[in-house]
Amino acid sequence: MLAKRIIPCLDVRDGRVVKGTNFEGLRDMADPVELARFYNDSGADELVFYDITASAEGRGLFTDILRQVASEIFIPLTVGGGIRTLEDFDRVLKCGADKVSINSGAIADPSIIAAAAKRYGDQCVVLSMDVKRVEGRFRLFAKGGREDTGIDAMEWAVRGVGDGAGEIVLNSIDTDGVKGGFDLEMLDALAARVTVPIVASGGAGNMEHFAELFTHPGVDAGLAASIFHTRQVDIKDLKRFLRGRGVEIRL
Amino acid sequence: MTAIVDYGVGNLFSLRSSLRCLGLETEVTGEAECLRAADRIILPGVGAFGDARAKLDETGLVPVLLEEAERKPLLGICLGMQLLFDRGFEYGEHPGLGLIPGEVAFLGEDLADKALKIPHMGWNSLEIVKDDPLFKYFQDGEYVYYVHSFYARSCRESTLGVSRYGNVAVTGAVRRGNVWGTQFHPEKSGDAGLRLLRAFAEL
Repeated sequence: MLAKRIIPCLDVRDGRVVKGTNFEGLRDMADPVELARFYNDSGADELVFYDITASAEGRGLFTDILRQVASEIFIPLTVGGGIRTLEDFDRVLKCGADKVSINSGAIADPSIIAAAAKRYGDQCVVLSMDVKRVEGRFRLFAKGGREDTGIDAMEWAVRGVGDGAGEIVLNSIDTDGVKGGFDLEMLDALAARVTVPIVASGGAGNMEHFAELFTHPGVDAGLAASIFHTRQVDIKDLKRFLRGRGVEIRL
Repeated sequence: MTAIVDYGVGNLFSLRSSLRCLGLETEVTGEAECLRAADRIILPGVGAFGDARAKLDETGLVPVLLEEAERKPLLGICLGMQLLFDRGFEYGEHPGLGLIPGEVAFLGEDLADKALKIPHMGWNSLEIVKDDPLFKYFQDGEYVYYVHSFYARSCRESTLGVSRYGNVAVTGAVRRGNVWGTQFHPEKSGDAGLRLLRAFAEL
């Protein structure tokens, strides 16, 4: 059977990983290539790179980094951040990305999902959503979670999958940064509506949270950033722990 | 030299990089002469069976591939492996290269548990069912990376390895004579995948 996936996420600005990292033994803790190597050696099942650069120079640095990572690390790479057009898809795929994650770009122009799926295949298009409870409903937020779009998040996901999104990253704004565990209620609600793989994001604070996450059969992967970067949770230890708890895991 | 067949299907960045990482001389090529000069050939591919077959036909390389497969190792990866079979049933029926007996059908057709997701995407463990030099550096049960919705069946005689997905034993690796195929992506399967490519390079 398919193994559950553990995915570290690297936010990159102007060629550097942001969010505190605390690795001993790494020459440059904020060097995305070095960090990617470290995670690959730790057994990460996939890497996600978010480009949070605003400037054109920063964007160039980002694609250079991506090319370098893809030249020496041979696990699936997902790239997101600032993806708005098919040209953006093209730019990162040519640098070695396998999947492209789209968030605000799809809110601005929902037709991009179908266009990208048609050109590159469903498996290449990841719909990333920032979701928060508003008046008892799951609401889709834009601009890194700052703006309520008024769109029902579950309807949005169903539509995105219908248009060809091959995977969904669900980031719960309600649990993000709290480190109290993933938003299982929100994830279950999504799993009941779509049949594509679901990547859970937001809320991981310890290994137990991942074990709990994977008791929910609709969830395929757990994504986190700071707990891995700060080494609060080591991916090697986490994977052994999960295997011990009976979760199908690649060691 | 290892030739990667370029017929306008899919992204060859990782495949080329992984071979370079192993220190192998590699050419991405659409030229018949280059395929003839190569020590071994890799046929990659992503997308749909019929489209890929049509694109391969357009290059005029099919007769060259069939000829070269008689005398040197050929490895098909993902859709490139599917093309090695007699026929595929993705959006209608299309002829394959006929290098390995069998057919390529929709995985969902044979899955009993309809809750299982398609595409079959992610890391799955490869059970070796027939030992082969391709597995020289590979251990039974190691995980490899898959992304596909169609799979090869009716090919038991050539099957080297399978991965379990629900009730289906997904054909993971095949061989007939000089022709090998992997449904998974060795160039995305981490260290295990690199070791498999290294073994192919030594064939």
